[in-house]
Amino acid sequence: MKNKRNDTVDFGKLHKAIVTRILQGEGMASPSQRQAAFDNGSFDGPLRTLIDKVARCAYKVTDKDVEAVKASGVSEDQIFELIVCAAVGAATRRYDGALTILASVMNEKGGSGYAP
Amino acid sequence: MRKEGVDMRLKILNSGYRFGAKVLFAVIRAISRYPLPDAAKLVFYRPDFYGSPMKEFTHQAMRGHSAWSVGDRELMAAFVSKMNECTFCIKAHSAVAARAYQDKAKVAAVFSDLETAPIGEPLRATLRMLGKLTKDQAVDADDMGAVLAAGVSNKQIEDALAICFAFNTTNRLADAFGFAVLNTKAFEAGAKYLLSRGYH
Repeated sequence: MKNKRNDTVDFGKLHKAIVTRILQGEGMASPSQRQAAFDNGSFDGPLRTLIDKVARCAYKVTDKDVEAVKASGVSEDQIFELIVCAAVGAATRRYDGALTILASVMNEKGGSGYAP
Repeated sequence: MRKEGVDMRLKILNSGYRFGAKVLFAVIRAISRYPLPDAAKLVFYRPDFYGSPMKEFTHQAMRGHSAWSVGDRELMAAFVSKMNECTFCIKAHSAVAARAYQDKAKVAAVFSDLETAPIGEPLRATLRMLGKLTKDQAVDADDMGAVLAAGVSNKQIEDALAICFAFNTTNRLADAFGFAVLNTKAFEAGAKYLLSRGYH
């Protein structure tokens, strides 16, 4: 495969920088909570509703959803981090999945079959 | 849809910025005569956590070296936003696409019917795939093969997927934090800025 690598942007590296920072860097929510938000994993109560909406149908998030999480004792900075993690996680599942499919299709085609 | 003038859902995103950022917001407001859109504010909140690394990714995806034109990339951003029903980002990025193409009708045609819109097959096939990926969370080998068969290169698909990542993230934040949807003139001013300066 011919690729002018010096011209190309390394999106893999830039993507990893985002994910590593939000999940493993300093934060006010615990790393396990941030990972759970990223994975749209197990939360109870109001956080579960909010994180699931962010991951699956963010346009349905309401003032009430956020207020309920605040009322349950989660700070605004923690909510900020968890919403960011949920959004990046949902986008990452699509991104990684599509890149894997693309790589396998290119592999089957011998890597250059469709190059214009 | 969140109306203009309504604050975001977290107080920290309305008033929790550092002094330097607040000064910058005031200067931009004075010069442009429009308030800074919430999307632009957000990246200044604790920028080391999210804003700075995300701005770098987004700028490269939207303005870095690519075989896709800036208009095509803005159209992809707007199209992904449509799949996520994110009003703020649809309006913001269809305005940039229309300005980049100097063709509002083309952007409107894509939004009304992708299959009949006056765009090239490579772009149409790519938008189709990005739309499915955004809505259904996944695409399969046939979906990807169709894009390649339309004449889109591996690298162009990677570039399009980077845009898809950036906007699947941004759309969610816009709607979860509650970005206020501005009036058309304010979006036009924002589009002019994004076209000349990009995202960093």
